[in-house]
Amino acid sequence: MEKIRVVHYINQFFGGIGGEDKAGLEPLVRTGKVGPGIALQNILGEEYEIVATIICGDNYFVENLEKVKPELLKLIKDHNPQIFFAGPAFNAGRYGIACGTICEVVQKELGIPVVTGVFSGSPAAEMFYRDLYLAATADSARGMEEAVRRMVNLGVKLLKKLPIGDPEVENYIPRGIRQNIFSEDLGAKRAVAMLVKKLAKEPFKTEYPMPSFDRVPPAHPLESLSEAIVGLTGCGGIVPKGNPDRIEASSASKYGTYSIAGISDLTGERFESAHGGYDTTYANEDPDRVLPVDILRDLEKEGKIKKLHDIFYSTVGNGTSVENARRYGQEIAQKFKDAAVNAAIVTST
Amino acid sequence: MHIATVVPISQTVGANRIVPAVAIPYPLGDPRLTKEEEYKLRRKIVETALKAVTTHIDTQTVFEVK
Repeated sequence: MEKIRVVHYINQFFGGIGGEDKAGLEPLVRTGKVGPGIALQNILGEEYEIVATIICGDNYFVENLEKVKPELLKLIKDHNPQIFFAGPAFNAGRYGIACGTICEVVQKELGIPVVTGVFSGSPAAEMFYRDLYLAATADSARGMEEAVRRMVNLGVKLLKKLPIGDPEVENYIPRGIRQNIFSEDLGAKRAVAMLVKKLAKEPFKTEYPMPSFDRVPPAHPLESLSEAIVGLTGCGGIVPKGNPDRIEASSASKYGTYSIAGISDLTGERFESAHGGYDTTYANEDPDRVLPVDILRDLEKEGKIKKLHDIFYSTVGNGTSVENARRYGQEIAQKFKDAAVNAAIVTST
Repeated sequence: MHIATVVPISQTVGANRIVPAVAIPYPLGDPRLTKEEEYKLRRKIVETALKAVTTHIDTQTVFEVK
């Protein structure tokens, strides 16, 4: 019987070529298994054959990211694999990124199962968890055999189209996918059971883990308010009437940039809220209730602040992903900085 | 700084200077008040926000509107 063709990607170190001194190594191919490929072949068993090992220096990979992709893809394709493995990379920064990147390319271009293995705290885990099955590994090569075993388990299931269970059962980095399942008990009963366990300080498992958030050190205080340019932004959905940018009422995919030059008061004639999920009657009656332009213009006139920045940025917070919100926040902060804004007021409904 | 109705959310997402707002549909207002009263309320919240950005803090701080 013909064996299932496997191609394996590793770096210069695991390829036995050299350490940092060889990190600039250009891609090359070795026939058969090399280094960790020996364990990979053993665990895969006789049904499979590692036909080629692709080796590339970590620096060469990350410094030539766009060039290296087609180069490696060609080498991989030449060997006509049915399944592709990379690494495991453990907690290695560049190697993990290389493994994740090449897996993504192979998955997309060749449409075959791909698996790599990384440590949960590695940059590659954060970068690729959504798009790839990443076997969860130890943080160093001491965990080689178990890492390869986990990669093989995932790879074989993907190839044979077998169902893949929960991350903690199958040992991969959670992909952020929620799946509907039937439960014996109602939600209320499950919630109370969880609470009882929590009160008893027993281990319990949440059904909806909260995303983790950044912490940033507090900004320095302003020395002089009367010298400050103040910017306004927020997620209450205030937009010019008619919502010209069509900001979505829920799960906003963008934020808007709007001028309030010469405007001393947000009125319901010119502005409104595009927000879903809360009753916007009051915000539409008087949008200052969400973005206090009237007060800040008065404080500007009175000389309490130097200026209210003439542009405000606005989005809808309803169901908007943390990831998108973080990006909007970073962009808006940069725009404020570029405009010499000294302080920003963010309002949320 | 963040003017937020649901202060625990603001704390969870990591805002450092937080001023509690009035209500979700009108964080900086109150339609039950007269226009003048409402303006005064909004002004107090904004002034608290400006006080927050001129105050040195080492950790997340909630500035109550007085």
